Amino acid sequence: MTRTSGPAAAEAMNDERKAALARRRRTTFSRWAADTGWRHLVTVAILVFALVPIVYVVSAAFNPNGTLSATSLLPDAFSLSSFERLFTDGNIPFARWFANSMVIAIPAAFISIFVSSLAAYAFSRFRFTGRRPMLLFLLLIQMFPSFLAVVALYLIFGAIGDHYPVAGLNTKLGLMLVYMGGALGVSTWLMKGFFDTIPKELDEAATIDGAGHAQIFFGMILPLAAPIIAISGILAFVGTMNDYILASLFLTDRGEMTLAVGLRTLVADNAPASYFGVFAAGALLTSVLTVTVFLSLQRYIVSGLTGGAVKG
Amino acid sequence: MLDQRSQAAGSQTAAGLIAKIVVLAVVASLAAWAALPLIRAGAWWALAVEAAVVAIVFYTYLQRRAVPLKYLVPGTLLLITFQIIPVIMTIGTSFSNYGDGHRVDKDQAVEVIIAAGVQQTPDSATYLLAGGETTAGELALLLTDTADGSHWAGTEEGLTELGDVETDETGRITAADGYTVWDLEELNERQAELAELAVPTGADTGIRIQGLSAFEGTSTREYDADCDCITDSATGTVWTADDENGRFVTEDGEEALVGWRVGVGWDNYARLFTDAEMRSAFLGVFVWNLAFAAGSVLFTFALGLGAAMALNRPGMRGTKAYRAIMILPYAMPSFAMILVWAQMFNRDFGLVNELLGLNVNWFGETWAARAMALVTNTWLGFPYMFLICLGALQALPADSLEAAKIDGATGTTAFRKITLPLLLVSLTPLLISSFAFNFNNFNAIELLTGGNPFRAGDDVGGTDLLITYAFRQAFGSSTSDYGFASAVSMFIFLIVATISAIMFRTTRKQEEVFA
Repeated sequence: MTRTSGPAAAEAMNDERKAALARRRRTTFSRWAADTGWRHLVTVAILVFALVPIVYVVSAAFNPNGTLSATSLLPDAFSLSSFERLFTDGNIPFARWFANSMVIAIPAAFISIFVSSLAAYAFSRFRFTGRRPMLLFLLLIQMFPSFLAVVALYLIFGAIGDHYPVAGLNTKLGLMLVYMGGALGVSTWLMKGFFDTIPKELDEAATIDGAGHAQIFFGMILPLAAPIIAISGILAFVGTMNDYILASLFLTDRGEMTLAVGLRTLVADNAPASYFGVFAAGALLTSVLTVTVFLSLQRYIVSGLTGGAVKG
Repeated sequence: MLDQRSQAAGSQTAAGLIAKIVVLAVVASLAAWAALPLIRAGAWWALAVEAAVVAIVFYTYLQRRAVPLKYLVPGTLLLITFQIIPVIMTIGTSFSNYGDGHRVDKDQAVEVIIAAGVQQTPDSATYLLAGGETTAGELALLLTDTADGSHWAGTEEGLTELGDVETDETGRITAADGYTVWDLEELNERQAELAELAVPTGADTGIRIQGLSAFEGTSTREYDADCDCITDSATGTVWTADDENGRFVTEDGEEALVGWRVGVGWDNYARLFTDAEMRSAFLGVFVWNLAFAAGSVLFTFALGLGAAMALNRPGMRGTKAYRAIMILPYAMPSFAMILVWAQMFNRDFGLVNELLGLNVNWFGETWAARAMALVTNTWLGFPYMFLICLGALQALPADSLEAAKIDGATGTTAFRKITLPLLLVSLTPLLISSFAFNFNNFNAIELLTGGNPFRAGDDVGGTDLLITYAFRQAFGSSTSDYGFASAVSMFIFLIVATISAIMFRTTRKQEEVFA
């Protein structure tokens, strides 16, 4: 570097520093773009795809007109009339549908998870004849989900209804029994995988302290496995809520329907056009429930989905 | 020491003992409640089974040796009752002709055919008529006796007296427990169906409808066990039993109204492959079904993996918010969102055509409808794939990636050679179950397209999956062929089980390679 003196030199130095700075800024920007920028771009593109239908439902639910033709992606007017109709229109017993879904799905999820965790405990902690065949059989029976046997279920519950009208076709109890029938299955495997990770030494320590097998299960294993049980319960609950095939067959009285069956009648071909807004409002209210549950338990869901399943 | 331990393990807390007593008491009272209707109906076999189940439950919880049994019995009982028995019944039904026209056994079929020949006589009892269905979907006559005002329900199986009913001012039944009663409009529409229904009331008597009333009369038809045939003395028609197909036929091959249930062997399965028209339709559904399941897995996985790769960077800003929004489609109730998508694809007013400036008839053209089904299903499924991919990516061994970087593998090479294979090892079981799930994704098709588009005269739609097709065969508005639907169900099961078995085997091999 040649040595120069005076203000001119100082200025040249200044320029050089500026250029270097600009160069550095440009490289950091391009580095940022290569490193993180594209990530934001891709994510935002996918988010747009994810959000369009959701925004559309919100827009439709608050649309004062309520018809499909008057609904656009972004709302141009705001009204609660669809929500009002949801609870006042005598032809749309939304509150009852909602209650029916809860009355069916919550006990069904609760009982099936409880029963499933009992079995998972046996598979995880005891060695008995027929253990392996039973586990494999559970895998096989999963390939035959209950809705494939829908014809048989329909006939069986027709016959049950002849003797026990409370549990036949067109009753909530009957449908609940079907949902509980699938208790042993995926969730048993999932929970067994998790129970296996709880060290056996804990059981032994508890046994020495005088705990019986029931105390070990209820007092120790269940609390330790709370996250996986919560996840299995939620997945069972959401799965039951979303079932259409069995619910549509079992529940035909308008007042007895679940949300899935009932809301569908609002967008059937013969439903009035203005029911679309009412449907969207109902869908939105249903979503509030499931979305809250999901977002609040997000952390567990991620580990629950991968952890147990990958372990197989 | 040892003695002490076994004593301690055998001891029970007071709470445990009380819980046990309560549970067993509930089981006992439930059993007593359940036994009454069975005794009343004289269903001794069912009663024996019930007693056996109760005995097993009591034995299990009162003995101390077989501990695992205590944990397995509840689930196993549910599994047997609501999964294994239905599966066995499905297999049985798939070998029968059970369905419309073949619902009853032979004796009942004979009774119905005889009742259908009932002629009105001057002293016949007459009834006010309402039409309806039992909860099991059988046609029923809901009758009010004009002489004494008593209420009856008549089906193919016979007559039962009704307890609580609601009637209008003329005495016609408007509501009855266990029956769906039609309003006048529906009664008018479906009168032809009712007119064919005959309710047997005795060996040669029955009830038939006439206009909006019904009468009981004596039949001109008679069953003769020697020739296994039914003769109508008024018209001279003779129907001979065809035990193989479960029906009565005249000499000119005319079939009597009602047949009975018989085993038909492999006929239902053979129908899928021998009938040329059926075979090509079925093959089409099968291929599309495979493509739909494979496509759904592929697209959801690709999109989910893309999103997970993008967000898998420690220190990136906004990941939490991104992730929360990303899983929204998974958190929304899927049945509702499928219905929303169906509306968005509306040709005239739907959002998709409006936003993209298209005028595609999504429900009317096979390929458009299929694309629509895949787009919708991708939207529904990609957040799940995103979640599991993100989890799996974060669990990848850092040293392999580091080593690859040192060896000069960058960008796509590293992804293709290291990341993806490692991911696939841990995710293949999940991808297989996703495939199995989508193979039978009834909601995604039924709620979106309902199988549309249908070509005129076809009973197989362009987007039909095997499961939606089978469901329509069993419970559709025009047919109910339980036997055939069950055969299709069995077929689906075999396919899914085979594919899963093959894939599980290859994964195991893969694991050996990469382990």
